[in-house]
Amino acid sequence: MVENRPITTFCSHAVLICGIAIVVFPIWITFVAASHDAVRMTQTPLPLLPGDQFFVNLKDTFIKGVGNAREQSVGLMLMNSLIMAMMIAVGKIFISLLSAFAIVYFRFPFRMGFFWMIFVTLMLPVEVRILPTFEVVANLGMLNNYWGLSIPLIASATATFMFRQVFLTVPDELLEAARIDGAGPMRFFKDILVPVSRTNIAALFVILFIYGWNQYLWPLLITTDKNMYTIVMGIKQMLEAAEESPEWHLIMMTTLLAMLPPVAVVVGMQKLFIKGLTETEK
Amino acid sequence: MAEVILEKVVKAYGKTEVIHGISTAIADGEFIVIVGPSGCGKSTVLRMIAGLEKISGGIIRIDGREVNNLEPKDRDIAMVFQNYALYPHMTVFNNMAYGLKLRKFTKDEIKHRVDQAAQLLQLDGLLERKPRQLSGGQRQRVAMGRCIVREPKVFLFDEPLSNLDAKLRVQMRLELRKLHERLKVTSIYVTHDQVEAMTLGDRLIVINEGAAEQIGSPLELYEKPATKFVAGFIGSPSMNFIEARLSRDGQSANIQGDVRLALSDDGAPDFGDRKVIIGIRPEHFNISESNPQAIPLSVDHIEILGADTMVYGRFADTPDLITIRLPDIHHFKSEKVLPLSVAPDKIHIFNKDTGARI
Repeated sequence: MVENRPITTFCSHAVLICGIAIVVFPIWITFVAASHDAVRMTQTPLPLLPGDQFFVNLKDTFIKGVGNAREQSVGLMLMNSLIMAMMIAVGKIFISLLSAFAIVYFRFPFRMGFFWMIFVTLMLPVEVRILPTFEVVANLGMLNNYWGLSIPLIASATATFMFRQVFLTVPDELLEAARIDGAGPMRFFKDILVPVSRTNIAALFVILFIYGWNQYLWPLLITTDKNMYTIVMGIKQMLEAAEESPEWHLIMMTTLLAMLPPVAVVVGMQKLFIKGLTETEK
Repeated sequence: MAEVILEKVVKAYGKTEVIHGISTAIADGEFIVIVGPSGCGKSTVLRMIAGLEKISGGIIRIDGREVNNLEPKDRDIAMVFQNYALYPHMTVFNNMAYGLKLRKFTKDEIKHRVDQAAQLLQLDGLLERKPRQLSGGQRQRVAMGRCIVREPKVFLFDEPLSNLDAKLRVQMRLELRKLHERLKVTSIYVTHDQVEAMTLGDRLIVINEGAAEQIGSPLELYEKPATKFVAGFIGSPSMNFIEARLSRDGQSANIQGDVRLALSDDGAPDFGDRKVIIGIRPEHFNISESNPQAIPLSVDHIEILGADTMVYGRFADTPDLITIRLPDIHHFKSEKVLPLSVAPDKIHIFNKDTGARI
């Protein structure tokens, strides 16, 4: 149904603008807060227009570091988050591709049993199994390093399930043509299956990168070393300034910085992302 | 190039046998067409030769070598699929070169072979395109090119023309035949389209319900169908079957009442006085006003196609409609009675119980 009456155009735009305003306003406040100095941020009313301290704050955040003793480097936290998110996204995609490949293309005993076992893990996210997982990670000596941060989050039923569905839509003839051409299973996987599902891989990468980036509880639990703090938990730590009032201008600047990489990933992979979620033809 | 031999090849899924022992020898350089209705198992036979389906019994030999347990890639065959199965992310060049790359050919050799095949198939300017940028006919040619560059011993075609529109199909059919005459590679072609089968094949294998009904040249199948099934399957519109009782001496057949058809040669004395099925092709009826022996056909309706006129009608009170194909344009009113005759040697007689030719 397409209507062109001015009133409907007006209404639909009004609704859209309201929606955007609701989403954008907190970000705007963050930006405004990040551009004032510490003193202004303790006075009421809070400012609604940006100040002139933006670049000073940016420099302070990066060079001096934030937190009580100025010991937490935002740059390092960003790097930690980036590495963790990348490891989670890439690791999940890699493992899921392989497991979906096995489940769809190989006839081994208890195939469906394995599939359902993987499927059941959907009901067991890290938050549910957090204590045993912590125990395992601690026993393996993976506390306070990148492996400990990412591996427990990598095992993923969602991605396996999604790739299974993608592979099921790949026509059988493609496999048969490859077999006649002389491709072995791994050759077929590498040369045909992965390139054919690249848009789905890209879409999943976007989702998983943001999932990894936004992890809070797990990093909080297993990192005690300040050098391993991720940005999302780092922001929370900054608020817990024991004796002094929180440095809102720096916290907000850090928040802005924390938002950038996911935005960059979404914007950069937008086209593939949409194609991967909507395109069905192989 | 090689001969392909099937010895009592059987395929069973669990306890259900779907191919009941097919034996044939396909000569070197021969173009053989496997034809049959949907679901008769013709694709299964082809896929067993390709090695995509396991063989449950019997032996398949290619070029004298038993290939029962060989992987498809080791059988030295190439296959064109119904939906072409081109790799969607590769260019035309890479689609054709992929098999060669996996077989570790040198870059120069690959380029040489692909260029040659592209020229042969008129794909010269399209090598850098992706399959989705090609038309149906071009995709079809790429699929053929992928086979040609490998220079295999046997080409396998699985209904390759069925996704094309009618006009293109006729054109590609001709190109396929010409290509075969140039390359002289043993080819096995599966189709349900009898026109394709008749025009392409040196010999046809007619398959019905997993068994080979008849193997022979197209004309053999048309002129001397071994069974009622083959008779009905080959030819369009299909053969008319009429129940009849042979005369005591087997020289003539009685259709309902006193309509008589003289049979050629000695007739079928062994089946004298027994009920049989006689088959007459629509194009073998003639109108003969003067013949006192003519069979009267009462017209039900007609279809005028321009070159031919199809007449549908009944003999006396037989229940089934008889189809007659007369050249040229005729305007017959319904209920009109046409006197028809049939040359005795155009009448086929089949056993009523077994369907075998008598």
